[in-house]
Amino acid sequence: MSEIDREQWLHMYQQMYKIRAFEEQVNELYQGAKMPGLAHLYIGEEAIAVGVCEALNRDDYITSTHRGHGHCLAKGASVDKMFAELLGKDAGYCHGKGGSMHIADQDTGNLGANAIVGGSSAIATGAAFASKRLGNGRVAVCFFGEGALGQGLVYESMNMAQLWKLPVIYVCENNLYNEYTHHSESTAGSMKLRAEAFGIYAVELDGQNVREVHEAAQKAVEQARNGEGPSFLLCNTYRYHGHHVGDISREYYRPKSEELLWKTERDPLKLLSGWLIENQMADAGIFEQIEGQVSGEVESAVAFALNAPFPMPEEVTKHVYA
Amino acid sequence: MSMLDAHGRELTYGEAIKEALAEELRRDPTVFMLGEDIAEAGTTFKVLTGLVEEFGTERVLDTPISEPGITGLAVGAAMTGMRPIVDIMFGDFSGLIMDQVANQAAKIHYMSGGKLKVPLVVRTTMGAGRRSAAQHSQSLQAWYSHIPGLKVVVPSTPYDAKGLMKSAIRDDNPVVILEDKMMYKTVKGPVPAEEYTIPLGVADIKRAGTDITLVATSSMVYVALDAAKLLEEIGISAEVVDPRTLVPLDKETLIESVKKTSRAIIIDEGYEQYGVTAELASIIADSAFYYLDAPVKRMGAMNVPIPFSPALEDLTIPNAKAVFEMAKSLCNK
Repeated sequence: MSEIDREQWLHMYQQMYKIRAFEEQVNELYQGAKMPGLAHLYIGEEAIAVGVCEALNRDDYITSTHRGHGHCLAKGASVDKMFAELLGKDAGYCHGKGGSMHIADQDTGNLGANAIVGGSSAIATGAAFASKRLGNGRVAVCFFGEGALGQGLVYESMNMAQLWKLPVIYVCENNLYNEYTHHSESTAGSMKLRAEAFGIYAVELDGQNVREVHEAAQKAVEQARNGEGPSFLLCNTYRYHGHHVGDISREYYRPKSEELLWKTERDPLKLLSGWLIENQMADAGIFEQIEGQVSGEVESAVAFALNAPFPMPEEVTKHVYA
Repeated sequence: MSMLDAHGRELTYGEAIKEALAEELRRDPTVFMLGEDIAEAGTTFKVLTGLVEEFGTERVLDTPISEPGITGLAVGAAMTGMRPIVDIMFGDFSGLIMDQVANQAAKIHYMSGGKLKVPLVVRTTMGAGRRSAAQHSQSLQAWYSHIPGLKVVVPSTPYDAKGLMKSAIRDDNPVVILEDKMMYKTVKGPVPAEEYTIPLGVADIKRAGTDITLVATSSMVYVALDAAKLLEEIGISAEVVDPRTLVPLDKETLIESVKKTSRAIIIDEGYEQYGVTAELASIIADSAFYYLDAPVKRMGAMNVPIPFSPALEDLTIPNAKAVFEMAKSLCNK
């Protein structure tokens, strides 16, 4: 294991921790009635966003979901503009007009989080189509949850992607629950076979293991850049929090023991730090150092966002048309 | 420019549209078309015949029968450097694509705080009279016009269709163009060979008059012009105003016309209930109220699913006789 590897894994730990610290702050802002509306927390699923986005270039594209903060941060969004957007402030990524579910950042290839389940599958496929036509070598990653497998658009997109060998990677985050309903009550047959039916290269992954996700993503990206067409990464994961921040009492759809098991046994941050320590690539101190540094960054970003001004009234009619 | 005072060569409505598409495909390599059976088949209406021979299957792309998918793919391509033109065979399939158009394309620029743009054109058809029944005959321009962020074009003449199409393709916003499928071959008119565009948001007075304003869109422009001829015979001078684009809307021209004539009938082939006619009538009533000598009247498709039988279908769409009768009564003649 080289020094480069060590630095890479520590960087990924930092990215995952940044997402977790960000989301914990979001939850606090909600509970403290400082954030308008709701937010869908990504805590527990960090290894997927980070493992995939670390395999991408800055100008590669992603599309995200209502549970999108992790994807945006992993692709390079800055925490201060993220918080400002969540609080509806003018300094936010979208001048406060998008909010938690619509963060878009052209500078990092983020074509936008999308609040329609499965709604961005064709958009990501279209970005891949444009990349191929324009010959710019970019790939597009479409993140969605297993709930999106209920949407016909996802299959229309996959069909075209394979038909035209488009450089798109469909990343399905199977966190087990379509909102408040276990996937077994909504999804017949095999998830992986759904992509394979189109002839798309598909793999099922431990979505809690960032190394496994990253390795699979690298392969999918390489194939996409080589003109070999789309991939489907089915990542098994778990959503620690509720469907959204207000989903507090969850026993009616999933037991606390299940939540506890994932948090203690399957936590993506613990799995990576444990592996690094076990292989003598790091000691506990380095993680404390990373966490302290990230927490400081996140806290000052929250303070920035809380103090930032709201958009002026004239902003409301701006950007309806380009 | 009025269809009455243009000179030179004549093209059909379909030919004018094809010529606009061909010119823009030639001008800008990022423009491409996609849709079902648009390449070798040239669409079910044969409007695009010959384009694939010049531009190839990469730029005139046949797609699966997946209207939401192809529209969404076009949205994504539009956001990332291309200028797609999606062909949706029948306007009735608007229900299939509406999430991608109304929730995605229309909102992305705004939701992203102006960062992302969607220079997309959706071409689709409207119009009854083809004996195609309830799922292939509707005129659904009101659906699109309801959504902020979209531009909506309803050309009535070959000249307008070509000039507006070229502007739509060059526009940085999602633009929906509804073409009347009955006019592709039957309507012919002057189209200059020289390059021109028509800006979106400028109405056209198709016939000047002084006694009553007939605001008419797309196919209904011809109904209004026929009614105007009948009215002329009984001494009523009707002005026919064609908004050409519903969004953006040239309110000024509509209002000025009604201020002059003091009477108005709005005619559109979409359903009358909650329709385009209601919006335009409300604008006129609001802005020209003190000039009006009669209530503003509306005529649209009957509020029924378009029936198949010719004996029934023909009852559902406004005709010149009905417009004539209503205008006559508004003018107390």
